[in-house]
Amino acid sequence: MLTELRRSFDAGVTRGYEWRITQLKKLLIICDNHEPEIVSALQDDLGKPELESSVYEVALLRNSIKLALKQLKDWMSPDKAKTSLTTFPASAEIVSEPLGVVLVISAWNYPFLLSLDPVVGAISAGNAVVLKPSELAPASSSLLAKLLEQYLDSSAVRVVEGAVSETTLLLEQKWDKIFYTGSSRIGRIIMMAAAKHLTPVVLELGGKSPVVIDSDTNLKITAKRIIVGKWGCNNGQACISPDYILTTKEYAPKLIDALKHELEAFYGKNPMESKDMSRIVNSNHFDRLSKMLEEKEVSEKIVYGGQKNKENLNIAPTILLDVPLDSLIMSEEIFGPLLPILTLNNLEESFDVIRSRPKPLAAYLFTQNQKLKERFATTVSAGGIVVNDIAVHLALHTLPFGGVGESGMGCYHGKFSFDAFSHKKAVLYKSFLGDSSIRYPPYSRGKIRLLKALVNSNFVELFKVLIGIA
Amino acid sequence: MTKLLEMNLHTLRFAEGFCRTRLSVASLATSPFRLSSSGYCGKTRISSRLKFACYATVSAVVEKNTSDFDGKEAALLVEELRVNFNSGGTRSYEWRISQLQNISRMIDEKERCISEALHQDLSKPELEAFLAEISNTKSSCVLAIKELKNWMAPETVKTSVTTFPSSAQIVSEPLGVVLVISAWNFPFLLSVEPIIGAIAAGNAVVLKPSEIAPATSSLLAKLFSEYLDKSTIRVIEGGVPETTALLDQKWDKIFFTGGARVGRIVMAAAAKHLTPVVLELGGKCPALVDSDVNLQVVARRIIAGKWACNNGQACIGVDYVITTKDFASKLIDALKTELKTFFGENPLESKDLSRIVNSFHFKRLESMLKENGVADKIVQGGQTSQDKLKISPTILVDVPEASSMMHEEIFGPLLPVITVQKIEDGVQVIRSKSKPLAAYLFTYSKELQKKFVQDVAAGGIGINDTVLHVTVKDLPFGGVGESGIGAYHGKFSYETFSHKKGVLYRSFAGDSDLRYPPYTPKKKMLLKALLSSDIFSAILAFFGFSGDS
Repeated sequence: MLTELRRSFDAGVTRGYEWRITQLKKLLIICDNHEPEIVSALQDDLGKPELESSVYEVALLRNSIKLALKQLKDWMSPDKAKTSLTTFPASAEIVSEPLGVVLVISAWNYPFLLSLDPVVGAISAGNAVVLKPSELAPASSSLLAKLLEQYLDSSAVRVVEGAVSETTLLLEQKWDKIFYTGSSRIGRIIMMAAAKHLTPVVLELGGKSPVVIDSDTNLKITAKRIIVGKWGCNNGQACISPDYILTTKEYAPKLIDALKHELEAFYGKNPMESKDMSRIVNSNHFDRLSKMLEEKEVSEKIVYGGQKNKENLNIAPTILLDVPLDSLIMSEEIFGPLLPILTLNNLEESFDVIRSRPKPLAAYLFTQNQKLKERFATTVSAGGIVVNDIAVHLALHTLPFGGVGESGMGCYHGKFSFDAFSHKKAVLYKSFLGDSSIRYPPYSRGKIRLLKALVNSNFVELFKVLIGIA
Repeated sequence: MTKLLEMNLHTLRFAEGFCRTRLSVASLATSPFRLSSSGYCGKTRISSRLKFACYATVSAVVEKNTSDFDGKEAALLVEELRVNFNSGGTRSYEWRISQLQNISRMIDEKERCISEALHQDLSKPELEAFLAEISNTKSSCVLAIKELKNWMAPETVKTSVTTFPSSAQIVSEPLGVVLVISAWNFPFLLSVEPIIGAIAAGNAVVLKPSEIAPATSSLLAKLFSEYLDKSTIRVIEGGVPETTALLDQKWDKIFFTGGARVGRIVMAAAAKHLTPVVLELGGKCPALVDSDVNLQVVARRIIAGKWACNNGQACIGVDYVITTKDFASKLIDALKTELKTFFGENPLESKDLSRIVNSFHFKRLESMLKENGVADKIVQGGQTSQDKLKISPTILVDVPEASSMMHEEIFGPLLPVITVQKIEDGVQVIRSKSKPLAAYLFTYSKELQKKFVQDVAAGGIGINDTVLHVTVKDLPFGGVGESGIGAYHGKFSYETFSHKKGVLYRSFAGDSDLRYPPYTPKKKMLLKALLSSDIFSAILAFFGFSGDS
């Protein structure tokens, strides 16, 4: 299959503006004509509420495609670069060229968005692409295979379904880029495999995204935004989900009350019955989360929720207060509906807490204090930062979306997607004119002095050399 | 914190000064111990100490191989630098500017020393040392000083109706503690230029210069310790064991210049810690020569991009030439003529050519020349001198495609000329090989230029000249495919050592209920409109028009 794709690429199938536009338009048609099927597949795989599927997967994807359609000509055109005296006369430009045949490995939690958003980037940059959707979202995986085969140019765009063995086989091949969304553990395996072929990678990983909450904030809106950013985003199973909260000892009770109040307003008295939350994806993850909850010294810290139903794969929105720092729930990315709150003596300490941990994909701050905002934005190292909201930065295509350190490398969205799948090739055009023998051997003291004077713009020295003063 | 190895004086004895040698398994076969070359291992300006770098395989020859820089030392080093980085020392504009200004001063004040070290390591002519290494590095430094404020400033970006009201910016932040591993052929430039980027971006940095250019390596160690902030900028000298110890640590970025084989090792080591890498590798950089050219200028520029560029030992040097069968003899004649003008009748005697760096590479190149089916293709040069480590500028025509010379990066003064029927076939030849770091084309024809730029995938392209594109600060310098990952120079150096962090500021005003549960079809519809930046619906939504749930 790879040979076939490489042949198509070498033959120039994917390079033209028209081909790229056609493929992108077809992707748009998929979004427009097949939304009910997509929503249904997401309901099967994740119990994802229709609004979430429709808005956070399909609508975001449509935005991405429409932006690419609108901007592609611009993105494809070379950038002029300035030249200097040392290369005069010359002109220079930076040409974007496709990398070749690329591999996109997607995740299970936003199976449409995280599969097709990178594919939009790969196609707009003129590559041939293989998509490997996650087998943990099988309905979405097979719908993607069906739709892409139906609509897109199969000589250059393919879907390979499967699990570990298929992925391993794919990873043994030589790709021109690998784009992976998933966990840090697998991210290492991907990069190791890529190293054999010197394949560059983008790794969109995860981490424990902290939320720092100042007492100087609008509490009601803070609570609402945290809730919708956590439980309203695939029920906490999102890479930029607010993982844990940091606030002062004083403020915590107020915050917890506000959260409880808004949780009930959103999901009713029986959140396990609410249709407005995704379920836990499968029993593996259910067990993983249960284990976190049942750990000694953790279960007693539950202040809200904690109910579980293994049959329905449901865990109620659960808030915990001051769990031990070395507990499981504070050591791994939670990726579920559990929200630990850690209290500090003063908010300043939150900076140290965050810094003592691996760099997360996102970090959040709720405050009206301008100085605190600035300090947070400049000193907290994370993939991205949002002040006074959760997660919405990924909808803004002018911001690069990606991690740093343990949370990943590389980024995408908007033009960054196009760039992620391109090689920025430097081109220098010189003419045959202006060829001075001064740079050529044989080297003499005179030439050396002259060249140095020229390069250093030392005109006095230049003058001296030219009129022959030693 | 330079490496110092205890020498067991019963086994080996040295005269005054210092000598350094690199033992390869190959040269072990011929002599158990060998000084790199006669003549250059004499007096030095560097303080006398004994150094010895060796591979683990050589332990049988040497009594003791006690490197005090092992994994533990490396871990301590990284930890120390991390603590210093975390204390914020490297983040301020003032610190960065002061270090950059110190580098600039260092280059000005020690130009002579640098030039001499390069001459010692490579017999690099003074003009080459100046043009290619010293002045290039200086101008990078000057540019960074001039532009740093700009580079450091957060970039405000447009927001959309979707997140209204909001403001957003991209903030550049340092990655942390980074490792720069340099190469031996432009040992000053390839060490200091990445360092400039690392410092400008506010990182703490460790430099590992190449042990194959020992005079420059130890000069760098000395100068850095004299001019730069020791608490956050260090040089670790050494060979494979030291590099391995360094690679085992967790860095926030690794910047490597060297060969593809070691590039893979570096990337695999980085993968363990999810460390992003820049790999500046090499490849066979072709020069395609059309008949519609100014022949004299072509010949001179090819020579400049081959033999006047560290004698062919450059990652972007012209590796091989492709031209049409008809034009080949004219081209070769022109090359011969200009070669004579440049290097005289006896190029082995010319002072204007770097030597081959060491006997390992000399033997490698010699065996390329002696290969079956290759030796008889020599049309110019071919003379070699083992004790001077020199090979004369050598041109060959149509060596077999299967020969080593056409498979591996030559990295020496041998220039194969491959002939094709028509010039377009040359593009195919290039495309059939791995993507090189640079590709060159000589032609007046705008059409051919356009086709070349479009069809030839390479790190960078030079039309009607060789090598010079790396001096343009506005152009990113880096490879693609086998020739590398990532890029630097100018602003790209700053960016490669930074994390571009997206920051979105939202206010509490204009908080609509649309996105909050319980979900209703109406909410869904309005949210979709908002997301698709449908202004009309968005305005309705903003004013809280969400209808009844």
